Amino acid sequence: MADPVKSKRHWLEHPATQNFLIPIFAVILSFAVGAIFILIVGQNPFQVYSVLFSETLGTSYGVGQLLFKTTPLIFAGLSVAICFKGGLFNIGAEGQLQIGAFMTALVGMYTVGVPAFLEIPLLVLAGMVGGGIWGFIPGYLKAKTGAHEVINTIMLNFIAAALVSFFVTNLFNVPATVHTPDIAPTGRIPRFDTIFSSFSGSPVNFSILIAVLAAVAVWYYVDKTRYGYELRVVGLNSKAAEYGGISVSKNIILSMTIGGAIAGLVGTNYVMGYKYYFEEGFSTGTGFMGIAVALLGNNNPFGVILAALLFGMLEYGGLVINTMVPKELVSILQAIVIIFVISSNKIFRKIVVNFLKKRTLRVND
Amino acid sequence: MPYAVELLNITKRFARTVANDNVTLRVQSGSIHALVGENGAGKTTLMETLYGLYQPDEGIIRIHEKEVSIRSPHDSIRHGIGMVHQHFMLVGPMTVLENIILGAETTRYSLLDLKRTTAEISELAGRFSLTVPLNEKVENIGVGIQQRVEILKAIYRRADILVLDEPTAVLTPQEAAQLFRILSELKEEGKTIVLITHKLSEVMAISDHVSVMRRGKIAGEVETSSTTPEQLAEMMVGRRILLRVEKTEKKAGDPVLSVSNLSCIDKRGVNVLNDVSLEVASGEILGIAGVEGNGQSQLVECITGLLRPTSGSVTIDGMQIAGLSPKGVFARGLAHVPEDRIKRGLVVEMDVAENLILGLHMQKEFGSRISMNRRAIAENARLLITKYDIRPMNPEALARGLSGGNQQKVIIARELSRNTQVIVASQPTRGVDIGGIEFIHRTLVQARDAGKAILMISADLNEILSLSDRIAVMYGGRIVKVFPDNNVKESELGLYMTGSKSSSAQRASDG
Repeated sequence: MADPVKSKRHWLEHPATQNFLIPIFAVILSFAVGAIFILIVGQNPFQVYSVLFSETLGTSYGVGQLLFKTTPLIFAGLSVAICFKGGLFNIGAEGQLQIGAFMTALVGMYTVGVPAFLEIPLLVLAGMVGGGIWGFIPGYLKAKTGAHEVINTIMLNFIAAALVSFFVTNLFNVPATVHTPDIAPTGRIPRFDTIFSSFSGSPVNFSILIAVLAAVAVWYYVDKTRYGYELRVVGLNSKAAEYGGISVSKNIILSMTIGGAIAGLVGTNYVMGYKYYFEEGFSTGTGFMGIAVALLGNNNPFGVILAALLFGMLEYGGLVINTMVPKELVSILQAIVIIFVISSNKIFRKIVVNFLKKRTLRVND
Repeated sequence: MPYAVELLNITKRFARTVANDNVTLRVQSGSIHALVGENGAGKTTLMETLYGLYQPDEGIIRIHEKEVSIRSPHDSIRHGIGMVHQHFMLVGPMTVLENIILGAETTRYSLLDLKRTTAEISELAGRFSLTVPLNEKVENIGVGIQQRVEILKAIYRRADILVLDEPTAVLTPQEAAQLFRILSELKEEGKTIVLITHKLSEVMAISDHVSVMRRGKIAGEVETSSTTPEQLAEMMVGRRILLRVEKTEKKAGDPVLSVSNLSCIDKRGVNVLNDVSLEVASGEILGIAGVEGNGQSQLVECITGLLRPTSGSVTIDGMQIAGLSPKGVFARGLAHVPEDRIKRGLVVEMDVAENLILGLHMQKEFGSRISMNRRAIAENARLLITKYDIRPMNPEALARGLSGGNQQKVIIARELSRNTQVIVASQPTRGVDIGGIEFIHRTLVQARDAGKAILMISADLNEILSLSDRIAVMYGGRIVKVFPDNNVKESELGLYMTGSKSSSAQRASDG
């Protein structure tokens, strides 16, 4: 029961502080648990972690690799996060980004000769349209028939994978390969190393700016616009939305479509900024990692960027510590982070409550 | 007389809040002891501590003058304590008998011994006049009977101390009277009863002693025979309270809201609304009384656009609104205080300022589609928070953290700020404390005096009787009676509410 005998809230009890501290708490805990696994395989955790950090954060090449891995995670994380805001669980970012990236490559290969200032926006748009359609379908089905988006997005992942696989092995491929021809040279997004030579060799490119812009746009949309207000009301309480004159079905379709469109931007990093073609199997579960990124980032666009950086670091770090420990260890670490984030809420609050209780007693004595 | 329960210097803290602060409560054996207080005063926490759901941080519990340690409900049952919660803990698809023995089954060769159990329970039921259909499924019996099942369940577990949390909240006046007869009989048989309530008329009618809680502390303990409802209310709130609504003669104008021959068949094919007609004029409050589940919710939903009526019409000033969306209905001048503030009326995870614009958020003053006007939203919140005395006075406080009364004030403030001709208020003070009720009632009467047409639905007869200018009674999806004024006895209303009396030809527009 709520009680009127309240003193001023301690800063540790403030939701904003907790939203920030809980993920950090979870990450620290999971590194501690990860250390146990490192000990089991007979290595020194301090040594492994120090290599992990120095090789990813300590050199500009490492940072470049890390940022390259981070970019698609930001798109995928934002995609899942905005759907969460609308009360929907988008498991379909993987399929949406496949279709989106493929569309980018497809439009890119047929538009040779278009100047860069048109070509780049065109290809970005193609990715968003492709992903958007793949998000619209489960959104529409949910809104009109009540079919659950979790099941439908999973099914659409299979369909997307099969479709692009068929296209890049049969229809749009360079003979004897599983990738498309190159996109128009004007559609390329420059790499960092074309400007900053210290990033030389790492594939990081300016699509990461698109990712950051997307995060700002999502934040503005959700927090500052009327559409965002309606989206949040629908996500938090659809009955109150209905009562407040907000169309629930329209918002379900809208958030899934936007989520899909953002996932579709993944192609900017890989297709426009790195390989310049679409290749089968280019995404190894980025869409699914997006769920973890959104969770760790607490569905906040800037939290998503931070979480994507962490997962990007782990993804690249897995390669650098591969000589010391099996690369599966990094998968374990990623999984532990997710488990701790999900279960930390209660643990953390309990610790805070006990801590404050003791303090209150001491003050009273 | 010896004490059955002694809670001595109990303190219970939750993080930084103190729910019970050095509370001492002594209950005489074989008496009915009422525990009253506003929502959040700590009554339920105290009783749940007694029942073993919480462990006190300080203080001791004595049962029948012996100190005991109660670490779980299991312990408290062992000490003869039974609790009937506000929300019943029954399993719907199981029979009454199965529910009573659940967790305390008598077995023979590890099989249920239903024959012996049935005999035992029938004997208990007979002794305390707790008539229940043992082989009926719980989901098929009324709430009044379900409550008896809960009481019987406690007695079957050999409880001689019974704690009842707001037992009459869901009952009709007739059912409540029956419950009180049962409680008196239990007392005659030597049981001790603790009654948590905030209805002072019940306290006066049935209890021997009253303890009043306020802000986690005991504000006073008196013998019922030596106190008055006014005195108790003052102890509860800490200031003088008007228990009666001050209201002038109505100056009703022309009918504004009119409903004619409204019917609705729901998804299951049940006729939930049956040819309902009524009219509400400006400057009057039409109260609709009825036991919950007799079509009141559907009537409100059909009027407010949440449910599409099967036939009939609803007009505001002659404009047809039946079948419009909630947005359309709002736009034509109707404000709606929904019956369930948590499920419908608020987004509890949002702050007060954002809740205060729900449904008004598309108005120009709060910004455009692509940019909401934060300043205007905050200003609107500050204005309404001051005008309606919403606590805490912080537009950024999450609605979830507000007390029931303040949550309700947020909704009332928002809906009245629409400044519409018609107000539909459903259960406007459910779960609201006395101070809040007084405020909300005064606000509604002010709106009526300002010429609004108010349709009020309430399960609380006191509220119906004290606020309404006319009263309609709903039963089985119909309006079965309309009283032209509020000069009606509760018992008379009760007869119509339970369907024992009806004059269904009458229409609410006759007044």
